[in-house]
Amino acid sequence: MVPYLFLGFAGLLVATALMVVLHRNPITSALFLVLAFVSLAGIYVLLHAEFLGMVQILVYAGAIMVLFLFVIMYLNLQHDVERGVQIAVRRGIGWALGALLLLSGGALLSRGWSLGPVKADSGLEGIGNAAAIGQTLYSRYLFPFEVTSILLLVAMVGAIIIAKGQPAQPDDGTEGE
Amino acid sequence: MAALWQNETFQVAFWALVKVVIILQVLLGVVSYLIFAERKVMGHIQARTGPNRVGPFGLLQPIADVVKLLFKEEFIPAQANKVVFHIAPILAVFPAIVTFAVIPFGPAPMFLVTDINVGLLLFLAMSSLGVYALTLGGWSSNNKYALLGGLRSSAQMISYELAMGLSTIPVILEASTLSLNGIVGAQMQPLDFYGFSLAFLPNWFLLKPHLFLPFVIFTITMFAETNRTPFDLPEAEGELVAGFHTEYSSMKWALFFLGEYMNILAICSICITLFMGGWDGPGPDAIGLLWFLLKLAAFIFLFIWVRWTFPRFRYDQLMDFGWKVLLPASIANVVIAALVVYWRTHG
Repeated sequence: MVPYLFLGFAGLLVATALMVVLHRNPITSALFLVLAFVSLAGIYVLLHAEFLGMVQILVYAGAIMVLFLFVIMYLNLQHDVERGVQIAVRRGIGWALGALLLLSGGALLSRGWSLGPVKADSGLEGIGNAAAIGQTLYSRYLFPFEVTSILLLVAMVGAIIIAKGQPAQPDDGTEGE
Repeated sequence: MAALWQNETFQVAFWALVKVVIILQVLLGVVSYLIFAERKVMGHIQARTGPNRVGPFGLLQPIADVVKLLFKEEFIPAQANKVVFHIAPILAVFPAIVTFAVIPFGPAPMFLVTDINVGLLLFLAMSSLGVYALTLGGWSSNNKYALLGGLRSSAQMISYELAMGLSTIPVILEASTLSLNGIVGAQMQPLDFYGFSLAFLPNWFLLKPHLFLPFVIFTITMFAETNRTPFDLPEAEGELVAGFHTEYSSMKWALFFLGEYMNILAICSICITLFMGGWDGPGPDAIGLLWFLLKLAAFIFLFIWVRWTFPRFRYDQLMDFGWKVLLPASIANVVIAALVVYWRTHG
């Protein structure tokens, strides 16, 4: 049962991920990305990481992608209009990086090729358990966790400062002359 | 065939499917009469009678409404994004239905579809997906009022989701589980007040001093998440025609309506489960379902009552209230609840 479900979710993930990059309409791309995140959550659940799966939907599909959609709709981006040399260079870089990723993925898979999700031998039983994640996060990975939260805080403060804009120039009365 | 019936996995899946079908059918019936109840209560609040022409006491009114909607012509705007326009109403109904899979209506395992260990997170995830229906419905209609309604809804739901999620954390700390069945179980323990046994009182989380404010915040955000007055900005009639569903007609519009009421039912059930003891009540466990339905009915009445007695917020007031009052208050709640739980277990 699990291998078939895995094939279903993995196939959906690959197909939707391809649609994200291949579709011309940004809104459609964003919606396919939501679907890709949900399929990824399905794979997490199959690996008994239910907590991670639910948080994946909650954070990525539910919060981040809504903001993406919000921005796309607000700017009214209808179609990918960029053409010319710049986009060709960017596309070349994309192809190169994609090929590199594919090679490294293939190399990883060739070591443990199997039908169904590949489980890491972490020796941690019940990794999907919220309590186990909490224990690990707040003991062994406390420092990376705190650094990440400070990074997010900095990003938030930066966003607020950018949103507030430049402080108004003090009016020295020269404008009217 | 007999071998299949002996298979335990098959049995679990079979009974889960049976329960899902029952819940779905009951929901459809309940929602149509919920709308009838809303119109009746609204009528009496406004000192009139409400629908009373179709059948005795107007009881056949929901059937007449549904038949009318089924036969209504469906209109799709010429410039609309057809695919998204069709998907949006489906997205309005689906998160609410999924949420019902983890709600314990009565003693487990009979009155519960599935008891997963992340039930509360599933509810939060589904409620965060609910915003897509409104946003996409508004955007795909290619109508400025609908688009404004959709944008408002995404901003509003994102703002209030944070406070909602944070106000469930004190409950998780108190029950030390994410399973909704486990949370109900924690509220059925006999109340022990500093060594005095007060077993005759219910041990519902709502009655604990450090969990009362989270309950109030959760209730407020419930109204915002279901887009009900005083937070029904996405469909503010006076300024936005009908908001995100301006261009919808016939059964697609009905699906949005269905989704709204199913969301109310789901979110009220969650609130009852988290704070009001779920199906816990006096008497044997077997009548748990009855207690659950009673509490649910009382909560639904509160929703209708608030809708017809409160004015709508202004948009800036709504945002100010969400970010400057509810969010800091719920963060403070998390800290207080954590201190109380730590003090009790370690102090």
